[in-house]
Amino acid sequence: MTAAKQTMDYQTHEHDVLVIGAGGAGLRAAIEASAADVSVGLVCKSLLGKAHTVMAEGGMAASLGNVDDRDAWSVHFADTMRGGQYMNNARMAELHAKEAPDRVRELEAWGAVFDRTPDGRILQRNFGGHKYPRLAHVGDRTGLEMIRTLQDHGIHQGIDVHMECTVLTLLKDGERVIGAFAYDRERGRFQVFHARAVVLATGGIGKAFRITSNSWEYTGDGHALAYDAGADLIDMEFIQFHPTGMVWPPSVRGILVTEGVRGEGGVLKNKDDHRFMFDDIPDLYKNQTADNEDEGWRYTQGDKEARRPPELLTRDHVARCIVREVREGRGSEHGGVYLDIAWIKERLSNGAEHIKKKLPSMYHQFKQLASIDITAEAMEVGPTTHYVMGGVRVDADTQMSSVPGLFAAGECAAGLHGANRLGGNSLSDLLVFGRRAGEYAATFAKEHDAGAVNTDQVEGVARRALEPFAREGEGPYKVQQELQGTMQDLVGIVRQDDEMRRALDEIAKLRERADRVAVIGNREYNAGWHTALDLPHLMTVSEAVTRAAIERQESRGAHFREDHLGKDEAWAKINLVVRKVGDGSMQVVREPVPALPAELAKIIEENR
Amino acid sequence: MKSATFRIWRGNAEGGEFKDYSTEISEGMVVLDAVLQIQAAEANDLAVRWNCKAGKCGSCSAEVNGNPRLMCMTRMDTVPTDQPITIEPMQTFPSIRDLVTDVSWNFKVKQGIPPFTPRPADAPDGTWRMQQRDVNRVQEFRKCIECFLCQDVCHVLRDHRKHGEFIGPRFLVYAAALEMHPLDVADRVEALAEADGIGYCNITKCCTKVCPEEITITDNALIPLKERVVDRLYDPISKLLRLFR
Repeated sequence: MTAAKQTMDYQTHEHDVLVIGAGGAGLRAAIEASAADVSVGLVCKSLLGKAHTVMAEGGMAASLGNVDDRDAWSVHFADTMRGGQYMNNARMAELHAKEAPDRVRELEAWGAVFDRTPDGRILQRNFGGHKYPRLAHVGDRTGLEMIRTLQDHGIHQGIDVHMECTVLTLLKDGERVIGAFAYDRERGRFQVFHARAVVLATGGIGKAFRITSNSWEYTGDGHALAYDAGADLIDMEFIQFHPTGMVWPPSVRGILVTEGVRGEGGVLKNKDDHRFMFDDIPDLYKNQTADNEDEGWRYTQGDKEARRPPELLTRDHVARCIVREVREGRGSEHGGVYLDIAWIKERLSNGAEHIKKKLPSMYHQFKQLASIDITAEAMEVGPTTHYVMGGVRVDADTQMSSVPGLFAAGECAAGLHGANRLGGNSLSDLLVFGRRAGEYAATFAKEHDAGAVNTDQVEGVARRALEPFAREGEGPYKVQQELQGTMQDLVGIVRQDDEMRRALDEIAKLRERADRVAVIGNREYNAGWHTALDLPHLMTVSEAVTRAAIERQESRGAHFREDHLGKDEAWAKINLVVRKVGDGSMQVVREPVPALPAELAKIIEENR
Repeated sequence: MKSATFRIWRGNAEGGEFKDYSTEISEGMVVLDAVLQIQAAEANDLAVRWNCKAGKCGSCSAEVNGNPRLMCMTRMDTVPTDQPITIEPMQTFPSIRDLVTDVSWNFKVKQGIPPFTPRPADAPDGTWRMQQRDVNRVQEFRKCIECFLCQDVCHVLRDHRKHGEFIGPRFLVYAAALEMHPLDVADRVEALAEADGIGYCNITKCCTKVCPEEITITDNALIPLKERVVDRLYDPISKLLRLFR
């Protein structure tokens, strides 16, 4: 960059590897890249340690076999594929199942303090879709344990952390990504991060919906940055609506209630006190699911002969059953269903204490926010937008996207989870693929030069970013709220063609409004300006989700089409790819699901 | 629906003033909901940190009617609405803007504490054995969400501004979690006495009172650490023994 050409004011930082996002995947990637002796910059929108990982509750899945020694990577692999309706990238599912145990043990070596088994090893708990107790956990605050462990280890690895800094665009030199252009939230100064390789670890897109367990940060930045840089996105139609979010009072609607409640014996009931999850058990899971209440209870208490209760079916199915109950008039007072853990007092003499020990933050959350004592009363719960299975298409081994030098890991990458993610597979995903992305990004950085920053690109983006200050008109919040309403109402948990087409029209109009929003005040920590700059990313991911969801004319996993009920064998072999084409428009392309190698097919068959 | 008036501090390090905003209050609302409602409606540029809105990330620390609180866990029905509700940033840290403070000092302090250093693995597969009863205490400390409200309320930092000489309750808890970790072999006792300034703490328990995670900071972390320091450095017999070593 030549100073003479520079009209906008910005600082430049040089790193070998730039990691964008400091949740579990970003921190793990940064630690690994740093261990490979390259210089690493880590950029995050919030303060370090506040990323969304901190909210993960239940645990991280790994076939350690500490509680049930029948567990093995092959069983975890088969469970993950079944849960994803075989839309998963099988190689990613294989690597994930094989490497997760080492990643968990590594966290312990870095200071994490998991709950223990009686013989002093890492304790594991039951979770939906996992055949054996598999989730290493710390009560119901596993995400906090994980992010704090990575943070406290990472700060001693020589990583340059740039907190409260938001990326506006990726920088390219020819086909390659060579950095990112950002602003710091505190002062609003522009920043150029010049890097040989870039890892996206930005998490999800939950803020495209009104009811969500996700925080303000989840605006699909990584998805949109990659898309704009020419990378492929896949599986964008698959959005996980977690079955149990809080529904009352209104201000807490969407806040997560961990699946761990059901893992510890919690049951779902409708207003008639009926355990409706027994009413509809999918064929894929008939062999593995209890057919009476007593067997379900015994499973949660570690009886190896018992099969799991239907409350622990996969999230997509449980969420749909809840929607069915509510729609057919059997819901709870405030439009959810009841989740009852207090009933276990009938079975356990120290039931109330047990609940507080196993689910402390749930106890706390309901007590403080809803004035409900979960050891005495049932909770009201309903589906909440939680996770996007879709994201940047990556190479399974290296996590590199279709754009050279651009890597992605964690929620913003796609492939591992297919059409539906199993609970507990996200935290392990972050570690396994965060580590791989960091390793291969470091290798890429060593093999390539720095490339050149295109000053015109930088100046153009900076100018556009400042335009809202010069405008008068509506502010960004109304546009954001209307987008969230559109996605919630028209592209939510139950979908149909005409509604989604209406959503596309709405998104197009909202995008025009987003391009004209005005902000007040100055560049210092200006929330309105930040929201205005997040809007284009939200528009891009919303459009991608909607277009892919229109295209997939079947119901599979988390994607449920009221106008195309049931799975369609032809669609079982197709992944949908979303990419930006020459004229700047969004294209959805059908591509075959990668072939399943014979040895992996055999494992799936053996675990039917 | 009733409405309430919020008296919110607006300004930066150079100065500022309280401004009044009125907003509707609905059932179950928390203070953060009201602040975000005001931000979306009439104060788009209002600076406030928040993330999880569920008491798990520790971002939205502020002083509500003078009490250090997480705004996301402060129910509106616990705050009197017949008079304006004052919301101001944490006073122990420099202002950035409005409700956002510069907490970077905390991150620097943590960096200075020797990290977790485990003993060699117990089993050939590289793993350790620990009993649940031996990790309960450390797990209590590790509930900390780093909201820094304990730092905010600590008079050594808040009133006496001893930021250079005292690491504050948060980092004494952090040090305690490491010192009491069954696997850790590093020694932080002398540093606690000197660089970390544990002697400044005169156990007024203000930190314990404001902790949203209900960690018994003073009794379970600070006092045992003080005892370790005293046993090691001020016990007359061991002092004597050290002379002859």
